[in-house]
Amino acid sequence: MPVSKDGLPCNRDAHEDLIRKLRGLLPPEAVLTDKEDLRPFECDGLSVYRRLPLVVVLPETTAQVQAIMRLCHALHVPVVARGAGTGLSGGALPLSDGVLLSLAKFKRILHIDPENAMATLQPGVRNLAISDAAAAYGLYYAPDPSSQIACTIGGNVAENSGGVHCLKYGLTVHNILMLKVVTMEGELLTIGAETLDSPGYDLLALMAGSEGMLAVIVEVTVKLLVKPERAQVLLAAFDDVYKAGEAVGAIIAAGIIPAGLEMMDKVAIHASEDYAHAGYPRDAEAILLCELDGTNAEVSEHIMKVREILHQGGATEVRTAANEAERQLFWKGRKSAFPAVGRISPDYYCMDGTIPRRQLPHVLRQISLWSEEYGLPVANVFHAGDGNLHPLILFDANKDGELARTEEFGQRILQLCVEVGGSITGEHGVGMEKINQMCIQFKAPELIQFHAVKAAFDPAGLLNPGKAVPTLQRCAEFGAMHVHHGQLPHAELERF
Amino acid sequence: MLGRDISETLQQQVHNAVVNGTPLKIEGGNSKVFLGRETHGEILDVSAHCGIVEHDPRELVLTARSGTPLKEIEAALAEAGQMLAFEPPHFGDNATLGGTIACGLSGPRRPFCGSARDFVLGCKLLNGKGEILRFGGQVIKNVAGYDVSRLMVGAYGTLGVLLEISLKVLPRPAASHTLIQECTQAEAISKMSRLLSQPVPVDAACYHAGYCYVRLSGSEQAVKHAHEHLGGEVIEKSEPFWHALREHHLPFLGSANPLYRVMVKPAVPPLEIVGEWLLDWGGAQRWLVSDEPIAVIRERVATVGGHVTQFRGSEHKGEIFQPLAAPLLVIHQRLKASFDPHGIFNRGRIYANL
Repeated sequence: MPVSKDGLPCNRDAHEDLIRKLRGLLPPEAVLTDKEDLRPFECDGLSVYRRLPLVVVLPETTAQVQAIMRLCHALHVPVVARGAGTGLSGGALPLSDGVLLSLAKFKRILHIDPENAMATLQPGVRNLAISDAAAAYGLYYAPDPSSQIACTIGGNVAENSGGVHCLKYGLTVHNILMLKVVTMEGELLTIGAETLDSPGYDLLALMAGSEGMLAVIVEVTVKLLVKPERAQVLLAAFDDVYKAGEAVGAIIAAGIIPAGLEMMDKVAIHASEDYAHAGYPRDAEAILLCELDGTNAEVSEHIMKVREILHQGGATEVRTAANEAERQLFWKGRKSAFPAVGRISPDYYCMDGTIPRRQLPHVLRQISLWSEEYGLPVANVFHAGDGNLHPLILFDANKDGELARTEEFGQRILQLCVEVGGSITGEHGVGMEKINQMCIQFKAPELIQFHAVKAAFDPAGLLNPGKAVPTLQRCAEFGAMHVHHGQLPHAELERF
Repeated sequence: MLGRDISETLQQQVHNAVVNGTPLKIEGGNSKVFLGRETHGEILDVSAHCGIVEHDPRELVLTARSGTPLKEIEAALAEAGQMLAFEPPHFGDNATLGGTIACGLSGPRRPFCGSARDFVLGCKLLNGKGEILRFGGQVIKNVAGYDVSRLMVGAYGTLGVLLEISLKVLPRPAASHTLIQECTQAEAISKMSRLLSQPVPVDAACYHAGYCYVRLSGSEQAVKHAHEHLGGEVIEKSEPFWHALREHHLPFLGSANPLYRVMVKPAVPPLEIVGEWLLDWGGAQRWLVSDEPIAVIRERVATVGGHVTQFRGSEHKGEIFQPLAAPLLVIHQRLKASFDPHGIFNRGRIYANL
């Protein structure tokens, strides 16, 4: 079979052969090749990257997934797995020479086990559907990414998704017990166990956040938690964004772990208020939303304490949601921040860096200086409790050079996150989007180690190739480009 | 802060081992040498690589070198009103942070608050090529690259030498009460299983010698209300009991007889294997002292989807840890080779061919 220089089948005969063989494995409606049918799969939630796959397959059994993987492995065809396509880093971007494997038909809840507080799910089950199904038993699934109405558990595992409640309840990695996965070679593996740990290496931790690079997830067993007796939210207004940042640290220093601790700056407050009418104070420079949950008694005690801390920290106003409706309203403003910002600017670019909390004032100050320098407004929305920043850079892609300036600005923010001891991505993943920034966060031997980890699962390098971990070649080119701009000397980064 | 950084010396020793083809046996406080299979080699002593590198209570993060004594870390945290929430067993006065993380052991609080691996945020690792690598970091949310730091937890040093570890730490609960109730093992299992679906601030539950122990922790009010709700007698000064449970100081756990760690789903009814049982982790981790052959125990436990480790009283060879399915073992071997291509670290500590 003719093969291109990167080892991929490159001619029409090979493609036709692949499609014919896929049709032999799956019912006719489960193999899509018409351009129109492929279109919905051309991008994920980060739509600036688009590409049509060669073919889309929609298996509905594990045996079919195994057969597809074996075939692609034998023919040396790359495979990209896809859940709901809500990812924000281009991790599910298809390859034009490859198969796009959709897990959309795997949407059954297989088992809810209230006695052991766990649920077994197919990967295409929506995040929110798990909690809905568990509610009958007074249980729920804790990680709640803001896309939870649409995103699926398989994708959540692949991205190690978080949400507003991470500080107290952890990320996906803390809330899963067992996975069934299919390797590129078509082998079905059970990773983890229904027990609290499993023999051997912690491959479950490795799978969480592996961005579809190691294996295809075909079943997920999650841990369920008891619904807290009560959840209550406080809203505090500040006349200074740095005071709000300080208050975040003060709450935690007092020994209280809020279920959620969110911060918004003035630009974000105004956009949200215009959109969601949550009653946010428009004259505030920043607001904090602090959710406390637990038993009735504990929540009452903590509310008193947090109110005191907020007042001491210079809050100009502290409100406690009077009832569940008001609590939902406070959250509605925060949860609609992204679409709200979308209304006030033709385009926005959402960043996802994390920093140690104490760096919040410093990083905010720097972002606001750069915002002036670039002439690009920024709306800041933070998961402040766990130091996860989502600065939204407002721009207009139709204006000449504005996208490029936005990207440069964004890159400087991520670089700053790394410099102050944080990370280029807290929850959205690297995917295609931040592949260059990986060269800033990691040195060559670390990247080599990542590639070696991938090779342990996928020696042929056919599963979602080119994502998440850059080649050294790419980093060398990226480094060279940066030296050219004179802004990222980073002498410690090895060159090739 | 006091301490010493000997990473260059350790790195040099690894380089020499690679050149000479000498296997290395990683050693910290030597407190967990009883656990796992025997490994041979030149000793790589990490205990002098010690000291807390950073602890800012407001960040809920502590970073320390791997040779730092666990008790030093716990003392520093206690001073700030904080703790290692996975309540690690020490199994000896000299226990170090590195050994604790490498063995991945957690105490009674584990099912309610998370395991050792859940609290690891990042690490500095010396791999089998003698390279010092950093993974993860000091922030709670970090999804850049594979989660190599957590992969090190429970790897028993077979993938590399942990040099520095960053952990998430938590505030100590303001109050803690232990309730005790006399019951059978079966009653304790259903009682503990019901706790999983009730909004009560439980952070430990076990069954020992005819009694079910439930520890409630949180704010004063929360603990008081939960006690009223659950009922049962309060034992005063319960700390020594939980400490003894964690450290295997309770009578039969510390005996010389073979001690098995049986992991099952918490609600699994009492297993019919002859021996003495102690149930921790709300029924999810069961300790068994038995004269039955391990193969028989494993067979019975497999019928309920569990797995078994011979924890104490082994001869440090054979299948001490539950054997892996063949395709999983292949992945393990490839991973081992990717971190330790010359196979120098803790050969055979977990499995003969790893």
